[in-house]
Amino acid sequence: MKILTTNYITCAVKACKTSSNAFPLQFRDAELVQEELELNEEFIKNILPRIEWPALVQTAASLGFTTLPSTKPEGDLDEQMIKDLHTLLVETQVISGKLVCGNCQHEYNIHQGIANFLLPNHLV
Amino acid sequence: MSRPEDTAPPDLFYDDSEAKKYTSSSRIQSIQASMTRRCLELLDLPNSSLILDIGCGSGLSGEILDEEGHTWIGMDISASMLAVALDRDTTGDLLLADMGQGIPFRPGTFDAAVSVSAVQWLCNAESSDVTAQGRLSRFFDGLYMSLKRGGKAVLQFYPKNELQRTMITGAAVKAGFGAGLLEDDPETKNQKLYLVLTVGSGGELAGKDITESVRKMEGVEVIDQRGRGVVRKNKGETAKEWIMRKKDRDRKKGKVVKKDSKYTGRKRRIAF
Repeated sequence: MKILTTNYITCAVKACKTSSNAFPLQFRDAELVQEELELNEEFIKNILPRIEWPALVQTAASLGFTTLPSTKPEGDLDEQMIKDLHTLLVETQVISGKLVCGNCQHEYNIHQGIANFLLPNHLV
Repeated sequence: MSRPEDTAPPDLFYDDSEAKKYTSSSRIQSIQASMTRRCLELLDLPNSSLILDIGCGSGLSGEILDEEGHTWIGMDISASMLAVALDRDTTGDLLLADMGQGIPFRPGTFDAAVSVSAVQWLCNAESSDVTAQGRLSRFFDGLYMSLKRGGKAVLQFYPKNELQRTMITGAAVKAGFGAGLLEDDPETKNQKLYLVLTVGSGGELAGKDITESVRKMEGVEVIDQRGRGVVRKNKGETAKEWIMRKKDRDRKKGKVVKKDSKYTGRKRRIAF
């Protein structure tokens, strides 16, 4: 699971839809891998406005990346910044561990990089 | 051929052997690829976008999205299908999730969404505590939320019958989408149905609706049924004609209908 995805995903439980604690989901026992992928500058520029920066900083810090600036870079991005974002968002992946909702404490297991978001029917 | 939808729930139907069979069949591969290309053509995306692939399966459709330079996140209910996707080294991010339980993403996440041969599964309620309507509305509400303003979704699906077709399109419209249906090769065995959905109007898509972008394509006939008032085509028929028409219709349906006589549709005298 890419760090990019964790910036978009929320808790699937119905009661958490309105809670502000449900985002971002927090990693527990996360195991990371780096997979080299082709840099797509246009894509990074396209998604950057839609990234919740404080949430990204929080997620990154919990995984041990503390080099991010505390505010979202605006305007024209220099090449190094795009490269760094690409490395963090697209190339860094969580291969196993858990995602935990801050509101209902539901745990989503990540196995071989795939998070299990299937819920028992009473939570939907 | 029997429909897999009638056989078993999707998470059980697509087991290890079925998933392998599905992915290794060159016929399915080429059909999936051409349908995904058609979806992308309908989406008409400007640049490298973030796309949600609903029912991504083993990533056959994702491969095409990759080729076009997009980044995708896929969700599927079958663990076996996702396992095949892992083996095939797909680049998209995979999620084991049930689309009938909603789309667990924050609002405005995706530029677009595609789905190839999956949405008809929503019409099946596999346990007694869920309904097809509930699953459909959770899916379309979730999809509507997760797309950005001006975002589009193209869902190719195989409805079992007219009822499923109206059920699915109805649920999409109810969720707030602007919806249109595109039928490729209608009335043939290769008939393909695409549900094209748009979210609001904003951004670069303001003022454009899907009819316009489809109109540009070759070999597409547009049947616009919007603004079509109620047409009273049987104006001027007498009361007797009306009764005869209704009786005829019921007879065709196989209902028990009283036979016609000279008294049919005749007024009773006041003296009676």
